[in-house]
Amino acid sequence: MSFCRIDDRPIRVREPIVAPDALIIQDPTLLHQVDVFGGMRAGGAVLINTGRAVADLGLADLDFNVLAVPASELAREHVGRPLPNAALLGGFAALCGVFSLESVTTAIAARFPRAIAKGNIAAAVAAHAFVEGARHAA
Amino acid sequence: MPLKQMEGSRAVAETVALCRPEVIPAYPISPQTHIVEALSGLVRTGELAPCEYVNVESEFAAMSVVIGASATGARTYTATASQGLLFMVEALYNASGLGLPIVMTVANRAIGAPINIWNDHSDSMSQRDSGWIQLYAETNQEAADLHIQAFRLAEQLSLPVMVCMDGFILTHAFERVELPTQEQVDAFLPAFEPRQILDPAEPVSIGAMVGPEAFTEVRYLMHAKQMLALNAIPVVSDEFAAAFGRESGGLLRGYRSDDAETVVVALGSVLGTIEDVIDELRDEGVSIGAVAVKCFRPWPYDEIREALAGAKRVVVVEKAFAVAPASSAGGRSCDSGCRAPGPRTWRCCRPGSRQGAGRMRAWRAWSGHRRTAGRIASRSTARSPGPGCGPPRHATGSARAS
Repeated sequence: MSFCRIDDRPIRVREPIVAPDALIIQDPTLLHQVDVFGGMRAGGAVLINTGRAVADLGLADLDFNVLAVPASELAREHVGRPLPNAALLGGFAALCGVFSLESVTTAIAARFPRAIAKGNIAAAVAAHAFVEGARHAA
Repeated sequence: MPLKQMEGSRAVAETVALCRPEVIPAYPISPQTHIVEALSGLVRTGELAPCEYVNVESEFAAMSVVIGASATGARTYTATASQGLLFMVEALYNASGLGLPIVMTVANRAIGAPINIWNDHSDSMSQRDSGWIQLYAETNQEAADLHIQAFRLAEQLSLPVMVCMDGFILTHAFERVELPTQEQVDAFLPAFEPRQILDPAEPVSIGAMVGPEAFTEVRYLMHAKQMLALNAIPVVSDEFAAAFGRESGGLLRGYRSDDAETVVVALGSVLGTIEDVIDELRDEGVSIGAVAVKCFRPWPYDEIREALAGAKRVVVVEKAFAVAPASSAGGRSCDSGCRAPGPRTWRCCRPGSRQGAGRMRAWRAWSGHRRTAGRIASRSTARSPGPGCGPPRHATGSARAS
């Protein structure tokens, strides 16, 4: 588990987040094993790393804005390895709208050597487009 | 330099590199690993030069090599955590006893068993009496800044300094950090000029045998020298603020504590969470504030007493288990004799706490202590503790059960 807070003021609190506004699930096999939605706020945003459709995930009774993105597959395609992190960030930028795709690609470029950054940026851009498409279809 | 979002470990590594250490022996242990990994990279690429990075076989070797290198006059640095710090202990006392100005980061982590890689302060606090100065960071900015100050203090006082930062909560968190320029650090931290060096051309012995007739006196002088840090630390932090344009370090920092009936005393990254809770409680009309302890060793007795003089209740939040009276801070083991009783102190001891007090837990702890306060107050009247050192001992045991 990891946590992220986004605010316009300096963030001082350093506790685990127990009532998230948004949730990214990297491993869909957790969905029915662990109470991953515990504490989620009603209407919160959920992004799941899966190639399956949301309707097939058995989450119909949840009061969240759930979208799926095949992040591992996009990573395999653009990075060459099933490392979904960058793709999930790109997809999440599209879902939450609090930060831009450009911020994600800039951060990836700053963090990784050029060749590795290039693939991860491509995966993030593709996932962003995928989630944008899913949002408009929904 | 602009503000950057960066990992705490990276910020510390880059700041340490700006301090131009010449020898870095290190052994990796979570959650310290990213710091020494980044430094080894900076040495390998030549960004940190001249510097010898020594990949040692254990923490005991890390501290032994850092002692040897420091004794030859090199500016030295290492980092560790948890069991790694305990594995260094024999050598830690030699570093302070020899008066070597080593700077070490402790990425605070619990001590096993049971194995636990998460944060508490039982590792560094177990070394309370090792003769090392201990500074605690609240934020990644302060963690970075404290390293620059630590080299200044260590070399000025000829004493080793630990910079303690909460493992994972700080080391692995990405926060905004402003790193200084090389020119700024060079201006603040001049080249290390050792007072005495080990040199085969001019051989000397250091740390030679001292018999019982003088050993106690030598240990007393070491302690007296460490207490001088209480004067030096505020001066260095003031100079730092003047040079870098931000407050970092010092002995204590109050937060809405001047007129507060209840003051929470804590150290490390949990203070940010406490400050948020204090703001909420102040909005509800509760008279509460905090005192952040920045320097744990030597313990700033006078400053603490002054900061708490107006408080009716003092709640101490510690992230270490200690069976001694009062707290890991030393309780009744006074550095400067007996004192009149101060405000009552209750200690919230939560061994192995992962992330410090949660908002609700903090509130519960506080309100729980308040109830305990009433019980203890009625009892202490009957038992009449009278004048003595520090807080009443019987208060602590009752509070711990709550």
